Amino acid sequence: MSSLRSIRVRVNGIEREGQVEPRLLLVDFLREHLGLTGTHIGCDTTSCGACTVLMDGRSLKSCTAFAVQADGREITTVEGVAADGQLHPLQEAFREQHALQCGYCTPGMVMSALYLLSRNPNPTESQIRRAIAGNLCRCTGYLNIIAAVKAAALKLNTRRAAI
Amino acid sequence: MFPARFDYFRPQTLEEALGLLQEHQGEAKVLAGGMSLIPLMKLRVAKPARLIDIGRLSGLDGIEARDGELAIGALARHAPLEESPLVREAVPLMADAAGVIGDTQVRNWGTIGGALAEADPAGDWGPVVLALNARLRCLSARGERFIAAREFFRDAYATALASDELVTQVLVPGPGPGATGAYLKLERKAGDFAIAGVAVQLAVDEQGVCREIGIGLGAVGLTPIKAVQAEAILRGQRLSEATLADAAEAAAREAEPVSDIRGSAAFKRDLVRALLRRAIEIALRRSRGEQVEAGHV
Ligand SMILES: Cc1cc2nc3c(=O)[nH]c(=O)nc-3n(C[C@H](O)[C@H](O)[C@H](O)COP(=O)(O)OP(=O)(O)OC[C@H]3O[C@@H](n4cnc5c(N)ncnc54)[C@H](O)[C@@H]3O)c2cc1C
Ligand code: FES
Ligand code: FES
Repeated sequence: MSSLRSIRVRVNGIEREGQVEPRLLLVDFLREHLGLTGTHIGCDTTSCGACTVLMDGRSLKSCTAFAVQADGREITTVEGVAADGQLHPLQEAFREQHALQCGYCTPGMVMSALYLLSRNPNPTESQIRRAIAGNLCRCTGYLNIIAAVKAAALKLNTRRAAI
Repeated sequence: MFPARFDYFRPQTLEEALGLLQEHQGEAKVLAGGMSLIPLMKLRVAKPARLIDIGRLSGLDGIEARDGELAIGALARHAPLEESPLVREAVPLMADAAGVIGDTQVRNWGTIGGALAEADPAGDWGPVVLALNARLRCLSARGERFIAAREFFRDAYATALASDELVTQVLVPGPGPGATGAYLKLERKAGDFAIAGVAVQLAVDEQGVCREIGIGLGAVGLTPIKAVQAEAILRGQRLSEATLADAAEAAAREAEPVSDIRGSAAFKRDLVRALLRRAIEIALRRSRGEQVEAGHV
């Protein structure tokens, strides 16, 4: 029998603790233990990207990591993207560009786009397409999602320029 | 879906990891990026009783040129390998391959050592290390040994590694003067494994004679295949149309594809011919200093 392990994970800036079985998946820790149900499970087979979070700043499919692997690390989920009750410019852009219909893929899309913009503030269309290649959307059809990421880049750059 | 129960260890040092592997030999598996192992555990195809997480061991993810070799730590992840200026400059085919593995999330966490140890017949690193005549540095509590890429792949998902052994480094011989290469794969859809993949490393002298050649084929056999007959046809020859056609023919014969959902065996043989010609073409253009994209067809 495997015993429970204590883990400490900084989730969206807050130190969280858990007693987990080593086989507990990170996505289940976030959803079931912490109640952060913004991170979705679409395929559970590392294909759809709905479960994408950032671990130490790098995008990860959280259905394909154990919670114990996040011990001592930092996780950002979609709940951590808005700040002070204000949508992040990326989220605003998703709304304005109609980049979601059912919204199932959206948390993962937002996290993948956030990762892209953190590394590349001026992505080309082909770089955007490549960045979300690990995220499947069954209804919006990608074009509006790509438009939203472009619009978000513009918003963020304008904002940066204004500072 | 969740895996069967297991005990989890996260050793702080390489020595500790090797000790645990020896102690739990046969019952333990190491966890690196988890991008192959965790999906298999969730399907309960893999049910290791113990998991030794080496993902955070320090000093195993370096990418550096030393003693005429490029030394790549087993924990180097696909994404940094794609982005490394050193890799792109010295061995562009490695950057090509790293950039077409899975998707961003997979490239962010999957490691070269894990991919080689997994020995997926359709993996992208296999043909690359064969084309480059790389060696794998392997370590166990019993000691160290070096395994040539050609000796490493034994069968589908099976390698020459003992169950208490780790790959710690991939050692790529420093490319000779003018040597360069390219990797090309065709896949059905974004992020998929290859229908077929071809890696080429070559050097051509001022007279247009091929001085160095390495060719690796992926997804067309139980293991990645070093196309030694095609290499022999090209080595020491001018790369004329007739010679290239002969080499493509030889590589297609050396391939051992099977028909499956990704395509018929005949189609895959055709792909080997076409990808080899194109990869050589790209390598030649690169050797003339041109910037050419590769990776995907
Ligand atoms: C959606 C998806 C798409 C993918 N597409 C591709 C693709 O197009 N091309 C491709 O090549 N691969 C692809 N992969 C596989 C990917 O490259 C994996 O990263 C890689 O195969 C395994 O590396 P890892 O570090 O994640 O290893 P893990 O999953 O942690 O381990 C894999 C195996 O290797 C063993 N192992 C790990 N590290 C070592 C070591 N240092 N020494 C000895 N044994 C070790 C483990 O015990 C395990 O048996 C894909 C994976 C996914 C999930
Ligand atoms: S739920 Fe994780 S990739 Fe689909
Ligand atoms: S909005 Fe429905 S899956 Fe993307």
